[in-house]
Order: sequence, then C-alpha cells, then structure tokens
Amino acid sequence: MSERTYERLNVFKTYKLYVGGKFPRSESGRVYEVSDAKGNWLANAPLSSRKDARDAVVAARKAFGGWAGATAYNRGQILYRVAEMLEGRREQFVREVADAEGLSKSKAAAQVDAAIDRWVWYAGWTDKIAQVVGGGNPVAGPYFNLSSPEPTGVVVVLAPQESSFLGLVSVLAPVIATGNTAIVIAGEKSPLPALSLGEVLATSDVPGGVVNILSGRTAEIAPPLAAHQDVNAIDLAGADEVLAKELEIAAADNLKRVLRPQSVDNAHWFTTPGTERMTAFLETKTVWHPTGSLGAGGSSY
Amino acid sequence: MASAPTPAPVSAFASAFEYAPAPESRSVVDIAPSYGLFIDGEFVESADGRVFKTVSPSTEEVLSEIAQAGEADVDRAVKAARKAFEKWSALPGSERAKYLFRIARIIQERSRELAVLETLDNGKPIKETRDADLPLVAAHFFYYAGWADKLDHAGFGTAPRPLGVAGQVIPWNFPLLMLAWKIAPALATGNTVVLKPAETTPLSALFFADICRQAGLPKGVVNILPGYGDTGAALIAHPDVNKVAFTGSTAVGKEIARTIAGTRKKVTLELGGKGANIVFDDAPIDQAVEGIVTGIFFNQGQVCCAGSRLLVQESIQDELLDSLKRRLSTLRIGDPLDKNTDIGAINSEEQLARITSLVAAGEAEGAERWSPACELPSAGYWFAPTLFTNVTQAHTIARDEIFGPVLSVLTFRTPDEAVAKANNTQYGLSAGIWTEKGSRILAVANKLRAGVVWSNTFNKFDPTSPFGGYKESGFGREGGRHGLEAYLDV
Repeated sequence: MSERTYERLNVFKTYKLYVGGKFPRSESGRVYEVSDAKGNWLANAPLSSRKDARDAVVAARKAFGGWAGATAYNRGQILYRVAEMLEGRREQFVREVADAEGLSKSKAAAQVDAAIDRWVWYAGWTDKIAQVVGGGNPVAGPYFNLSSPEPTGVVVVLAPQESSFLGLVSVLAPVIATGNTAIVIAGEKSPLPALSLGEVLATSDVPGGVVNILSGRTAEIAPPLAAHQDVNAIDLAGADEVLAKELEIAAADNLKRVLRPQSVDNAHWFTTPGTERMTAFLETKTVWHPTGSLGAGGSSY
Repeated sequence: MASAPTPAPVSAFASAFEYAPAPESRSVVDIAPSYGLFIDGEFVESADGRVFKTVSPSTEEVLSEIAQAGEADVDRAVKAARKAFEKWSALPGSERAKYLFRIARIIQERSRELAVLETLDNGKPIKETRDADLPLVAAHFFYYAGWADKLDHAGFGTAPRPLGVAGQVIPWNFPLLMLAWKIAPALATGNTVVLKPAETTPLSALFFADICRQAGLPKGVVNILPGYGDTGAALIAHPDVNKVAFTGSTAVGKEIARTIAGTRKKVTLELGGKGANIVFDDAPIDQAVEGIVTGIFFNQGQVCCAGSRLLVQESIQDELLDSLKRRLSTLRIGDPLDKNTDIGAINSEEQLARITSLVAAGEAEGAERWSPACELPSAGYWFAPTLFTNVTQAHTIARDEIFGPVLSVLTFRTPDEAVAKANNTQYGLSAGIWTEKGSRILAVANKLRAGVVWSNTFNKFDPTSPFGGYKESGFGREGGRHGLEAYLDV
C-alpha cells in the first residue's frame, strides 16, 4: 500500500427521525442547524412538521397492542438489551453528549453511564411494578377483588431541554417499561444524542413504533400532539412554564394524563428515581368476581 | 369402578407411527472426570480428600467424581462467605443487580449445555430441562436481579438489611432451578451463600460455579459444597450461618427445625406434599386429563407439589379414567436425551426402592393397580406410570408422599366433601381445581389449606409468583416479592 499523502476525510452521519422502526427524513424536507456548546456546527437535524408528529402517533398506536400485550418479562429483557447495546456504543454517546452539553469527556461519560444503568433499573421494574402498585383487595363480601396496573396507551414525551441524554432516557424508559408506546420530542438545542438513541433502539429488539423520536421546534410539534385525539398522555418535562400551561389546556380536550414539568437541575437526573414516572402513565383496573360459598363449615384441618 | 381393569387400548395410529429416536447431542457438554468443592472462588479438594461418584440414572454410567465436603470444608466455606459478605452487602444495589443480570444472561447463553447436563445427571427428559428448568432458572435470576436496587419498594421498610451468610441445602429433583430459587434472592438482598447440592445431582451446581466466574462475581459470594446429608447437617448447624434455607423431605425439615432451635437463624423450609387435584363434573375432560398427567408425571412425579391424589367427582369417574388411561398409553418412556421422551428415569436406586415399596403397600392394602403396557430400559432406574383406583383416605398411598409417577384416585360427591378430603393430609403445598365455574374455583380455593392452588391448569411456575406450603409442607415463600423476606432482616 502506498503512503497516504492527504488526511483521510471522515464520513458525516445524516441524522434522521425514528418513526415506526424506520429512519425517515422530515416529510417537510426541512432541517435546522445544530451546534455544540461553543457554537460550532455539528449537524443538520430534521425539523419535524405537524405531519411527522401525526405519522408518529399512527406508528405508536399501531405498536401499542403488541407491546402492551408482551409479557412483562419480555419487556424487561428488551430494556436490558438496550443497556447492552448502549454499553457497546458508549464512546459514541460520550462524544455526542460532550459536544451537546459542553461537558468534559469524564463528565459526559458519567452521564452516559448513568443513562445505561437507568435502562437496567427500569428493565427490572417491568415485572415488579404490578406487585408494588397492584394487589388483592379484602372487600367486605364474598368476592375476589384484584387491582392491576395497565399502560394508558400512547404517551407524548417532551424530553428535557438541558439534559440531552440522561434526562431523555430518564423520562422515556419509564413510559415504555410499563407497556406504553412513546413519541419523544428531543431537546430542541441538542437533539443528536436522542436521534442516535433511535439507532440503538432499532437494534435492541424494541419493536418498531414503540419509541418514535422527533427533532425540531418543541413549540411547533408539541401543540398538535397535545391536542391529538389518539394520544393518551403527555409528559411536559421539556416545556417551559408558558408552553406547559398551553399544552395542559389542549390536553384537557380528551383528558390526557399530564405529567407537569418539575423545576430540576442537571444533578437531579443522577438521583435514583422513584415510581412516579411509571405510575403517571398507568391505569388501575379492578376486577370483581363472586367467590360462591361452600356451606358454613369452617376448616379445622 | 364397575369395570375390571382392561389392557390399555393401543390405538392403531400409535403402533403404525412409532417415533424414530431423536436424541439430543451430548457433545454440547464437556464433563470433567473430577470436580472439587467451590470455595472462595476456587475449585479445591476436600480437607479429608473424600470423593463420591455421580451417575447417570438412565444408564448407571459414572459421569464424574466429586469432592465430598466435610465439616472442615463447611467451616472454610462459611468463613469465605463471611469475609465476602462485608463488601458484597455494602455494594450499591444497582451494582449487585448487574452481576445478577450477567448471570441470567450467561445462563441463557449456556442453556442448551446446562439442559443436557441436567438431563444426564438427573434423568429427567430433555424436553423438560430444555423447556421448563432452564428458562425458569434464567428468568429467576433476571427477576431477582431487578429487585437488588429496589428493595425499599418491596414493602419491608425503607432500608431492609441482609442477614449475612445463608446456608442452603437443595434437592435433586430440580437441581439448577432449586439453586436459582435459593441463590438469586439471597444475592439480590446482599447476602452471601454456601450451597449444598444433592449428592445424586451435584454437576449443574458446579457448572454454575463456572458461570459465577465468567460473570466476575467477587470471590466467596457463592460457595458450592457437594456432599451427602451430613454435609448439609454441618452447614445448617454452623454457628456463623445466619439464614437456613432447605428444600427436601418433611422428615429432614423437622430435624433442621430442631437443630436451629434456640439460635437466631432465620429459616425457610420447602418440604413434601400430597397435592389434591380436584375434578368437578363440569370440568373440560380433555383439558383436565392433560392437567392430571402434567400434575403427576412431570419429572416422573418427583415434584414436591405434584398432584398425587386425584379427587374426581363420582358421576364422571368412569369417563375421566377411561380418558386418562388412554392418554397414559401414549406416554413415551425411555432415553431422557430423546426429544420425544415424556417420562425419564427415576433419579436414584434409593428413590426407586422407595417408590417400589410404597406401591407394594398400595397393593397389599387393597387398592387396584394399573399401568399402561410399556417397555422399560434394562439399565438404569425406571418405574412405569402407575394409577391406583379403589383408594381410600386411610391407604398409605393416599397419605404418604411417594415422590414418583404414581397417582392415587379417590372420589367425592359434593364440593364440601372434596375440600374435606383434599385437606385431610399433613401436607399443604399445592392443589388443583378443575371446573368451568369461576365462583366455585374461588370458593374451593378459599377453603383449601395449600400454598399454591392451580385452577384449570397445574404445575405452573413463574419467578414473580410466590411458592411454598402450609402445615408440614414447610414455611416461608420462595419467588415473587414475598421471596425477598426470607433473606432480609425485617
């Protein structure tokens, strides 16, 4: 091989949306510039339209039956698989998070490690949440009475604006752990780690449509989703106060479940979460059944 | 029953379409000629150099020579576990979880190898090790892995503490599955363990030691001590053991309860059973027959929760028994490694002798014995599927746990009578109810003194579902959220 007299040119990645298990560009053909913390250009990200948002709802609805119907064990294994795949692409995400958030490599690595562990944490929850929030009720009558949590349906997630990856994973994983399907609006300024996560999900046995990732202007895509009649819930983590109120009003039209934004700093995402991000998107179903009677004789055996 | 027992009706199809042998390959498993004890992360010889042989019960072939742990080895292993406890229990739960997830994944990866190994050492059909034992083993580790960092959500207070060193003694009927039931919750909660596998089935536990090594589990967290009853007794009696977990016979369970009396050792016992499978007149017969067969012939009936007493409503007795006998005539008995085999070998000569003598007692006491026509292999330990009718509650075969492929059939007329008969036993592990009527299922289940009640199904297991007995079937629950309590200071 002859010696190279020029520096090899690396290949850029075209960042695309992740919808229905596929990687489309925005149907609008629009993109916007994404820069690092110092203002250097990183990539052109798709600028999603309302139509992209509606397509994502269709994909999420289509995937809901299968995902909600999968065994909790199966969902747990798939979420764990996400962690396994992320571990293998750790360096890529460290680089993307460092660029996106202007962090040192070691600080970005801490974010990525915590995000991987968060997938593991929620993988373990899939088959336990029902045992913690459900159970038999000792009603005063001859009835068997059992309450079980069920996923609410299609959930729109506004990813946190400041924590491009750990924050994103922390709001997305609990939604799908319990069997919901999700439409994620990536953080507006730094959507690249979120768009790359789509590539991980696509290779982790997560069925297409369970997670759909859009990039663009939160204030443009969120309102039609908050008003969409086939969306069951919305997590407003990435909305500011004004937008959050507007979306909550729109969500009231079909009584979407709403998780309001909490004022959090970035350190917040490192703390071990509770169950509230799961229970926010669960319905409780209580089943009654008569127990009949066998005569009065008590057991003396 | 009115009619005399007739030879099993062999259908024309059965004889016309014999199954060709379909043996699973042994080449996926490499059994070493000898194995040591696994103490503090190393395989070592026993202090006194004693060894014993483990044989394949289907052929009597010697599989390997195993170091036999004595009292000195028990002490060494408990010390190693004690030393490891300090760091292991101090690890964040999320890190312990990741070790257990690794173990679960490696078990999944090596499940074909482990299934063949288990079938060789235990004698049960490959169909069962492959489709039941191994998937459940991996699932159990996966489930408890997820609890390791969620213990404050489990309902035992905000920061439940581990107990320390767990001494665990397991039986030979589900060697690797019983290991999983013991080790997974113990490690998840931050305990360290010393485990004694049964003397007839030590191999899968020793292979598990290698899996711990592959997973990078810290030394001393898991220690494996093959041996006989005296090894188990020494382990349970060791003063530095904080928790005793035992699965096995009720007689040994009582001995353990006496041994630990007056100590602070926490104990769980999963003992024998004499499960009643109750079939009402509205039950779907074909489905019930399948459930009865699963209930008593799964793992050659060597199952503590076996449905060994069939309680059938009098009005459908003839129909049900005809159907059941027809089904039993189609069971295939033989080479456990054959993928078509339904019934494998009895685990040991000793167990075979016990089954044989209890069956003789059944005949001597006047019950009517029936088996399908079947040819048993000449080498190894075998017992044909057996059914007894004309059984009363006073018969030995209706009272004692046989732990073999032997079903005792009793009848009843009313639900109350069914419940009374089902509960008329020292045991209380499992029961089955077959009826189309939901309210009857729940009413009967409410009255049964048994830890697991299956309705319109039998022998179902899941890591999320607690398992354990009432009365002399032992106490404590394994599996599910409940299974954590046995390993926590609550």
